[in-house]
Amino acid sequence: MSAADDLRDLYQEVILDHGKHPRNKRHPADANREAHGHNPLCGDQLTVYLTLDDRRTIRDVAFEGRGCAISTASASLMSEMLMGKTDTQAKALFDAFHALVTGEGDATLPPELEDEADRMQVLAGVRQFPMRVKCATLAWHTMNAALAGAGEATTE
Amino acid sequence: MNAPAPETKTNAPAYDVARVRRDFPILARAVYGKPLVYLDNGASAQKPRAVIERMREFMERDYANIHRGVHYLSQRSTQLYDEARGTVARFLNAGPREIVFTRNATEAINLVAASYGGAFLAPGDEIVVSEMEHHANIVPWQLLGDRIGTRLRVVPVDGTGNLDLDAYAHLLGPKTKLVALTHCSNVLGTVNPAAEIVRIAHRHGVPVLLDGAQAAVHGRVDVKALDVDFYAVTGHKLYGPSGIGVLYAKAEHLKKMPPYQGGGDMIRNVSFAGTSYADPPERFEAGTPAIVEAIGLAAALDYIASLGQDAIAAHEQSLLRYATERLAAIPGLTIHGTAPEKAAIVSFSLEGAHAHDIGTIVDRAGVALRTGHHCAQPLHEKLGVAATARASFALYNTIEEVDALAASVRSVREIFA
Repeated sequence: MSAADDLRDLYQEVILDHGKHPRNKRHPADANREAHGHNPLCGDQLTVYLTLDDRRTIRDVAFEGRGCAISTASASLMSEMLMGKTDTQAKALFDAFHALVTGEGDATLPPELEDEADRMQVLAGVRQFPMRVKCATLAWHTMNAALAGAGEATTE
Repeated sequence: MNAPAPETKTNAPAYDVARVRRDFPILARAVYGKPLVYLDNGASAQKPRAVIERMREFMERDYANIHRGVHYLSQRSTQLYDEARGTVARFLNAGPREIVFTRNATEAINLVAASYGGAFLAPGDEIVVSEMEHHANIVPWQLLGDRIGTRLRVVPVDGTGNLDLDAYAHLLGPKTKLVALTHCSNVLGTVNPAAEIVRIAHRHGVPVLLDGAQAAVHGRVDVKALDVDFYAVTGHKLYGPSGIGVLYAKAEHLKKMPPYQGGGDMIRNVSFAGTSYADPPERFEAGTPAIVEAIGLAAALDYIASLGQDAIAAHEQSLLRYATERLAAIPGLTIHGTAPEKAAIVSFSLEGAHAHDIGTIVDRAGVALRTGHHCAQPLHEKLGVAATARASFALYNTIEEVDALAASVRSVREIFA
């Protein structure tokens, strides 16, 4: 694949759109889980907020922060994908996303998450850009830390 | 330095950048099928054949450990290592006993913080740094502060990227025991008025350390004329190998400074009852040093001298002027750092595009830029940007490469339009 094809694959319309107009970029007042993530390599910062109900279903996902198009789009897409999922499903999606962008491991998702599996394919192009994998995974690592109650996540 | 003075340059041949480029094997390679446009020289510069060959030849013919054996190769190796120290001393207009080899500029600064700072600074003493410092000239002083209770005072930077010299003069007081400033900002390109900085500090009896990692690359440094107390340099930005750096320190300081690390080569006599230390500079070079790299650095300095530092500076300044003009013409682009005295470093941000996206996109056009905070997070905080993209020029860059840079940055705008 040529350099230009790689770039088109990375910066697809969906990515550019979510990068420019991120969804759920806000701070919900009723969030009961949050974590702060940062990428020491570039200084990008992001906070992920989750609102979990007592059946461990994610009722709301939002984020705030600053980052490149890839990390912002990834956070935005993640927020849409996790809405209404259980924490177990969120962890399965985290594993699948990680496997997708790093090309390591194989995380097959159950049939009920097929739509999400399809949606995250838009970030598969990151695999061709090893230096940018951390940009794509920052929001997901932070979300994972919020679920675990860790409070902090870094991509290092 | 034997470089020609500016007046005699009229008779010298014009700076032949095409010929210079042939001295650097790596510049002939392609990346992603495109000619390499290497503009990350502020992070590290490429190596001329003269350096590569000198290091290879030394390892093939003359290598042994130094200051140890009486055998032929050890003597030969010692002689070449000492000659390398002499070459560095001439480059900075210092005495050879005032040159300590380190791993890099970072280690040179850490050496001063640990040895000089540890011995002569006390709780409550103040060290003056600036907002434009590289982390290498911040963190060693914070570590010292954690250890002995010294405090940092910070000189602000104005909107053009100049140090606020009035604020600097006012920060100096009875508690100030050291000034540690960069000679040239690795982000803004600003070349600070080093002689004036030193003069003002010395009026208060305060010694000055200058971080010369960038400045030594872009112009002549004369430590005697500057009257500076400590000067830190790194080899890999000076077209030499990585793993070798230099601390210049006035002999009067080195003489009274305790060792930085302990080991072989830095001692006079060792016994379990007590050990006495070698004179400077060996006192500060514990263990087997980077012998091959020191000789490689000397080769790099000889190479620079062969081109002439003034000719190099003139070439780089023409690249800086042209790059500033071409980049400033791109809509939405902001250049950070517009000081009148500036080295060939252009940091910028582009509306609607994060530095990392810029870096990735221009990379695929063969253009190597640095993107991020360039190890100067406090400065980026001040600039109000998380990250910038930086083009830093070297003696082998060309006007055509500036055009390639401008075209690739314009293509970023198209993607994010």
